[in-house]
Amino acid sequence: MTIDIDLPPPSKDYRLQLQGITKQYPGCLANDRAHLNIRPGEVHALLGENGAGKSTLMKIIYGVTRPDAGVIYWEGEPVEIADPAAARRLGIGMVFQHFSLFETLTVAENISLSLPKEQVRDRAALSRRISEVSDKYGMALNPDRLVHTLSIGERQRVEIVRCLLQDIKLLILDEPTSVLTPQEVDQLFATLRQLSQEGCSILFISHKLNEVRALCDSATILRAGRVSGHCVPAEETNHSIARLMVGDDTPVHAEHEKTTGGEDYLIVENLSVKTDDPFGVNLESLSFTVKAGEILGVAGVAGNGQEELLAALSGETVVLDSPAAIRLLAQPVAAMTSGQRRKLGVGFVPEERLGRGAVPDMSLKENGLLTGYFQGLTKAGLISMPAVRKFAETVRTRFNVKAPNTETHAKCLSGGNLQKFIIGREILQNPKLLIAAHPTWGVDVGAALAIHKALIELRDRGAAILVVSEDLDELFAISDRICALYVGKISPIKETRETTIAEVGGWMGGDFLESSQPAPQQAVGA
Amino acid sequence: MIFKLERRVDDSRWMAYLSPILAGTLTLITGSILFWALGKDPLQTLYTFFIAPVSDLYGWTELGVKAAPIMLCALGLAVCYRGKVWNIGAEGQLLFGALVGGGVALQFLESDSAFALPLVLVAGALAGMAWAAIPALLKTHFNTNEILTTIMLNYIALNLLLFSVHGPLKDPGGFNFPESALFTEAVTLPLLLEDSRMHIGILFALFALVAVWVLLSKTFVGFQIKVLGLDTRAAHFAGFKERRLVWLALLLSGALAGLAGVCEVTGPIGQLVPQVSPGYGYAAIIVAFLGRLHPVGILLSSMLMALIYIGGELVQIELNLPLALTGLFQGMLLFFLLACDVLIAYRIRLSPRFSALRKPSSAALVNGADANLSTHSQ
Repeated sequence: MTIDIDLPPPSKDYRLQLQGITKQYPGCLANDRAHLNIRPGEVHALLGENGAGKSTLMKIIYGVTRPDAGVIYWEGEPVEIADPAAARRLGIGMVFQHFSLFETLTVAENISLSLPKEQVRDRAALSRRISEVSDKYGMALNPDRLVHTLSIGERQRVEIVRCLLQDIKLLILDEPTSVLTPQEVDQLFATLRQLSQEGCSILFISHKLNEVRALCDSATILRAGRVSGHCVPAEETNHSIARLMVGDDTPVHAEHEKTTGGEDYLIVENLSVKTDDPFGVNLESLSFTVKAGEILGVAGVAGNGQEELLAALSGETVVLDSPAAIRLLAQPVAAMTSGQRRKLGVGFVPEERLGRGAVPDMSLKENGLLTGYFQGLTKAGLISMPAVRKFAETVRTRFNVKAPNTETHAKCLSGGNLQKFIIGREILQNPKLLIAAHPTWGVDVGAALAIHKALIELRDRGAAILVVSEDLDELFAISDRICALYVGKISPIKETRETTIAEVGGWMGGDFLESSQPAPQQAVGA
Repeated sequence: MIFKLERRVDDSRWMAYLSPILAGTLTLITGSILFWALGKDPLQTLYTFFIAPVSDLYGWTELGVKAAPIMLCALGLAVCYRGKVWNIGAEGQLLFGALVGGGVALQFLESDSAFALPLVLVAGALAGMAWAAIPALLKTHFNTNEILTTIMLNYIALNLLLFSVHGPLKDPGGFNFPESALFTEAVTLPLLLEDSRMHIGILFALFALVAVWVLLSKTFVGFQIKVLGLDTRAAHFAGFKERRLVWLALLLSGALAGLAGVCEVTGPIGQLVPQVSPGYGYAAIIVAFLGRLHPVGILLSSMLMALIYIGGELVQIELNLPLALTGLFQGMLLFFLLACDVLIAYRIRLSPRFSALRKPSSAALVNGADANLSTHSQ
């Protein structure tokens, strides 16, 4: 691990070199004299917490944003990358975290949209090329399938194949594994290794350290816009890399005791929900329980029914025809609205913090009132301002929310801080059941640890907690029991101590459906 | 383009208040050019339009007469618009309130009961409410677009009024004019000032102003309406009852518009006529936005709108200019306001093509791509 100051001079030995890249946004120095050196055929990781400047740096490489200062060398020559088209002409391809695909078009049509006109005229030839390329790199893809019928992993393949159809020398992937099952990740890595052997450089942006250590030849670590170090990931531990990412004073890891919980508090029995969304997932007779004093983790790749399950549990979707499909102890609640469920002591932490968990254009004070209104914050229909202020202030101080005061608008907070505020707001209402969706998604390491600690403390006070997350490491760290959702069906539920990431990964890919015992029955009371 | 719009990091609060003033100034400048093109002295015309009407006490009382119905309508609309319930139907609610209230008033032609006037006023407000209940029902149960239904109901209300004054409510002794009989003293609003037309309707408006201010800034229901408007998903998530809030906003706004209507016929007009409202319900939409959906802002902007109405009449009388100027000024005001409101979220910057030192030949392309990608990174 080095923190080197002497940069290699521009040379043909490197495919891409960045020197002294600085980018100032209003109120934020995104990159501060950052540098980066990638050799041909190298798999290079760009690591850093949210807000460390990874996205800005890669947007600069891809020509989306122009740096305020600094020089980019491409194969030893200084270049100006004016726009993404210029980047593509150099041989730079990029796969964004959020795909830009039209769901109602076919794979071939989507790919044709990004190619030069001459290459698109002959549709049959294009389809052939897509098939060839996808076969060559082990990414089976049917050019005539409509995109909305593809799994997330397959959609990512479309994005990658789209890059590979050009003469590519550097492929940038922004957190490509966050949407994949462990098995799909293995497939992706095989493809990337093959590409790198053929001489294509790969810039891999991630904060999953295990993956970086398994895949990458070298790594550049950013902290607060500056390069805080370089390393060869395989020679480091997760802990030593995380240390470079967060600095010296933040704890990077915590162990939590597992428990077995008390009586069943949330009982879901044969819950079926038909979705209105043409791209949504129907829930098919889900049955599971969450005990008082335990955390149940629900794993799964996004889009397998998590949103539908969360909406049914929160009351944003009401199940009128079978009110007993969801019960709190003995009380049927499936037909109740979210307001009525809140009254019974259910707290929710939604996936979207802005635009659902919090109103962006309202102050923290008002956002405290948003769900805290049963906590004596109103009197005879009038808002009691001192009480509202006090509630928000308590959340802010107890959960260490970094905001100047409670008048700050929600949209001005960083993701991690807003998430701490929302979780604090729900926890301070002493819920008997807390439903948390992706509680640390996009949150930095320090805030994630604080959130996990708060959830464990709430559990130890006897609350039932259900956590839905795509992050298996997180679920293994905090859940007492774990299961997975796959196309609206629930896997067996096992104690976290008695299962493995591989087994849960298999459930996420749906392998429990092929087992001899039908899954739902097995899941009841497991 | 030499200039480009750049997204502000945060909405400018300052600009939110400056924008109506800027819009007013631009309206005046454009108006002057227009007067000049019509061959009039711009300054003198502007004076006649905007200063002369309020140069004496009578002028101010006339301002109050016109401002009261506009303010009542605009206050109700502000509650709706805070909740993003796009009620465009204040005009229809006003007309229906006037029609029903006037119909009740005609039942008291031979009575001087002290209860007659309150009854007439309540009937008018309830009628406005009922007219607003139609789009509320359609929206909450059939998910119709309230913009369309409220606009259509405006025409239905107008034609009901026309039918009534040409038919069933026509004054039998009125020489076949399409007018009802004149209301009696018992169902006419008392005047606030001798020798003026200013009636107690202005007090209703001021009372509504305070009530709406309390509703929006002090009550939990008002908070829920604001959350609904800012962020529907958060309102659902928090467990607020959207239907109930939509009903509340529409009924309240209908009642205020209905009250405005019945005050017009029992106040300055004194009978049912085809021309109850010179578009107060529509003007109130502009007033609500010009006043930033805030009661105090609405007080000021409704006075400005009333001035435009009076000034328009005065320049027609004194300078022989067309009455269409009133509509034109209203339109310009809304147009410039919408344009200036862009500056709340954006600021004008010199395009980098003209300001950057380096050779940024494809700067515009970069900006375009940047805008595309910023949606990705959120």
